[in-house]
Amino acid sequence: MSLRSLTHLQRLEAEAIHIMREVVSEAEKPVMLYSVGKDSAVMLHLAKKAFYPSPPPFPLLHVDTTWKFRDMYALRDRAARKAGMQLLVHQNPDAVRQGINPFDHGGLHTDMWKTEGLKQALDLHGFDAAFGGARRDEEKSRAKERIFSFRTASHRWDPKNQRPELWRVYNARKAKGESMRVFPLSNWTELDIWQYIHLENIEIVPLYYAAERPTVIRDGLMLMVDDDRFPLQGEEPVMRSVRFRTLGCYPLTGAVESRATTLPEIIQEMLLTTTSERQGRAIDHDQAASMEKKKQEGYF
Amino acid sequence: MNEIYRTDALIAEDIDAYLETHQHKTMLRFITCGSVDDGKSTLIGRLLYDSKMIFEDQLATLEADSKRVGTQGEAIDFALLVDGLAAEREQGITIDVAYRFFATEKRKFIVADTPGHEQYTRNMVTGASTADLAVILIDARKGVLTQTRRHSYLAHLLGIRHLVLAINKMDLIGYDRAAYDRILTEYRAFADSIGITDFTPIPISGLAGDNITTRSANTPWHDGPTLMEHLETVELDQTLDQQKPFRMQVQWVNRPNLDFRGFAGTIASGHVSVGEEIRVLPSGKTSTIARIATLDGDLDMAVAGQAVTLCFADEIDCSRGQVITAAKSPVEVADQFEATVIWMDEDALIPGRSYWLKLGPQTVSAAVAAPKYQVNVNTMEHLAAKSLDLNAIGVATITTDRDIPFSPYADSRDLGGFILIDKMTNRTVGAGLIHFALRRASNIHWQATDISRDHHAGMKNQKPMVLWMTGLSGSGKSTIANIVEKKLARMNRHTFLLDGDNVRHGLNKDLGFTDADRVENIRRVGEVAKLMTDAGLIVITAFISPFRSERDMVRSMMQPGEFVEIFIDTPLEEAEKRDVKGLYAKARSGQLKNFTGIDSPYEAPESPQIRIDTTKMSAEEAADLITEKLIP
Repeated sequence: MSLRSLTHLQRLEAEAIHIMREVVSEAEKPVMLYSVGKDSAVMLHLAKKAFYPSPPPFPLLHVDTTWKFRDMYALRDRAARKAGMQLLVHQNPDAVRQGINPFDHGGLHTDMWKTEGLKQALDLHGFDAAFGGARRDEEKSRAKERIFSFRTASHRWDPKNQRPELWRVYNARKAKGESMRVFPLSNWTELDIWQYIHLENIEIVPLYYAAERPTVIRDGLMLMVDDDRFPLQGEEPVMRSVRFRTLGCYPLTGAVESRATTLPEIIQEMLLTTTSERQGRAIDHDQAASMEKKKQEGYF
Repeated sequence: MNEIYRTDALIAEDIDAYLETHQHKTMLRFITCGSVDDGKSTLIGRLLYDSKMIFEDQLATLEADSKRVGTQGEAIDFALLVDGLAAEREQGITIDVAYRFFATEKRKFIVADTPGHEQYTRNMVTGASTADLAVILIDARKGVLTQTRRHSYLAHLLGIRHLVLAINKMDLIGYDRAAYDRILTEYRAFADSIGITDFTPIPISGLAGDNITTRSANTPWHDGPTLMEHLETVELDQTLDQQKPFRMQVQWVNRPNLDFRGFAGTIASGHVSVGEEIRVLPSGKTSTIARIATLDGDLDMAVAGQAVTLCFADEIDCSRGQVITAAKSPVEVADQFEATVIWMDEDALIPGRSYWLKLGPQTVSAAVAAPKYQVNVNTMEHLAAKSLDLNAIGVATITTDRDIPFSPYADSRDLGGFILIDKMTNRTVGAGLIHFALRRASNIHWQATDISRDHHAGMKNQKPMVLWMTGLSGSGKSTIANIVEKKLARMNRHTFLLDGDNVRHGLNKDLGFTDADRVENIRRVGEVAKLMTDAGLIVITAFISPFRSERDMVRSMMQPGEFVEIFIDTPLEEAEKRDVKGLYAKARSGQLKNFTGIDSPYEAPESPQIRIDTTKMSAEEAADLITEKLIP
């Protein structure tokens, strides 16, 4: 009998599947947070593998800000349908009413749509475990977050009071009202994600590939004018060959100039590039501890 | 940039060829042990830097920080990359286990980075639990220290097979071979004494880069590998695991329709093929593997480390927590073990208390006996101990409430490593490593008696039960219990009253009032009450029984529905005002320690079957209410 060493991707895959099965076994009402980005795409793909031939036994939840790229909405609906999963979309009604947008409201935009919206959605449906696609290599405060991350009834994360996590044994017990955020991709790096997408032929939003797109440069970020809600301040959108390394709300997500139109070319560009991934996101531009603070307040 | 890490030329010229190689990398998880003073952060920083895991924006920050707060003058201070412990402290961010990632041509690495001080023992144990290898850092100027011994002991305890003794800061002792050899001799003697048979010593300088990725000209006498060569080639645990007998713990039963029934889990050891005979434990039932189902098509074979779904040829019972094994080499099944327990909570272990024990996907109730001994983690001496405090390590007997399939930890981390969870707070309070079974299921014989408990109860024409009265001292438990018993006697019921004070004169006269003794007090009373219900009696008890977990423990000893929790609810002020026995006055003046309500907590029942508000009704009325409710 010839045995073989599992590759690093096979081991990461097995770990993520193991984690998902634990959650489904121990949580009363799990949900998968689905942001339509590449990490979400990988997470969804792993969920299909974990429970095959059953469809993943939980719904997908998209905490929508109404400001995502149009391509993202299209893929979101298609991916849920193909997986045979229920798709829940939550838009914070307060933010809808007040017309919160990234142009006029700065940090409030993230607070209300994402942080508050997420809490509302979890409370509304009574979810006690939510899968998220965050990785430990993204930034410092993530590096020490547990895979099963416990939240109080008011969704707070206490970095000083995290449960020790040994072997493959996860403590998912909690009192009524408390919940867990679970990160099956904790040990993946950006390169692992791309390699896996390539290897498994996973569909991702076309925005990750370079194409001619209308862009303006504002506050050092190259932004795509994705629809006519973008208030131009005398700028003239310029067609540039660009792609996105990370996807969020289109007015907050910086593009990079690129000619990479295939996955290998994207990986090639990523490997030869010299700036870290989150640089394209406006949310991290505050001080280093900002993410830790946001997470304590309930941000994913 | 070092050539061994990444061939930028290949990436630029033939990305497909590059991807092909990189998809076949293996993965090694390791832990670094040492403190900032040993150059641990500098070493990790260098590994990240050399493997190009640092981007330009991070590098710019690093260069700026190095000039501002670094310790290396104009040069880059690698330590700032990984921790900046000072900065973390300033911001009040916890020092904890952090995981870092880097990769070379051959492997991806996950580094568990934990602080080295004794108060972080639990963090190191956590990091070590998933590691294949440990790098023990020694400052060449200081030699083998207490912490070196502690780190080596913990790594060895957690079953790490590969130890690297990285003797660091060789540049600061002029690459002195004699000094290096002296450290090695001393360490070898220590390693032998605790059963470490093999380790790999490497003279390095994290700062200057000696023997990290390239062989150093400064240490021509070193004939071993560089650190990176070793990390890239050392045998993975996974390879060894594949050669052991097949075991898989069932996580989830997959039943999408009547035609498919699969058992999902991660293979802990060995390999499994279609057609092979398997056995399910603890039931012992056998079948053969019909399918190994995956989204990408069925497999013929699967190996340790893979998360799979197995289908059997026969419809045999199998559920979450059970273990599928090779039919010819099953695992043991037992309900009592000797284990090493590592305590991880601020609240000390309470021997006898019931905790959740989670081993793989299996959760059972378990009690930890008073430790046989505690280990001094600095000297490895055995000390007498009654309990285990935060970070303490001891050996104790664990008893579970049912049989569980297991392996000794030395054979399998998955089947021999467990966590303990507090039933009230749900915190992970301890970790355990099973040594061996003390009482094998096959040896337990329950003496079957001909006169059954139903027979006993039938002769008395009553349903046995335990009326468990709980409440503060002076709440009126004993008074009400006494009246209830009189009423039941008048109704021709066979009863027995177990009173807290009375029991402490006999059965429990060796016990005091510490938390641990209170737990044992209630456990014994529970066992006695259980025997009495077996004899068909209605048992009435009057104990403060302040902790929810012990009341739940007694409840779980009884047949379902036989335990009736009665909360004698008297506010503290009221009980203190009555102070029938004068105990509150003594407790307030400090003459009496651990007094419930004063300096020891009372955890009120959350949903008692009966609640008696003694400020609203007399003892007589309370007794009426209780008897009416129970004997309609």
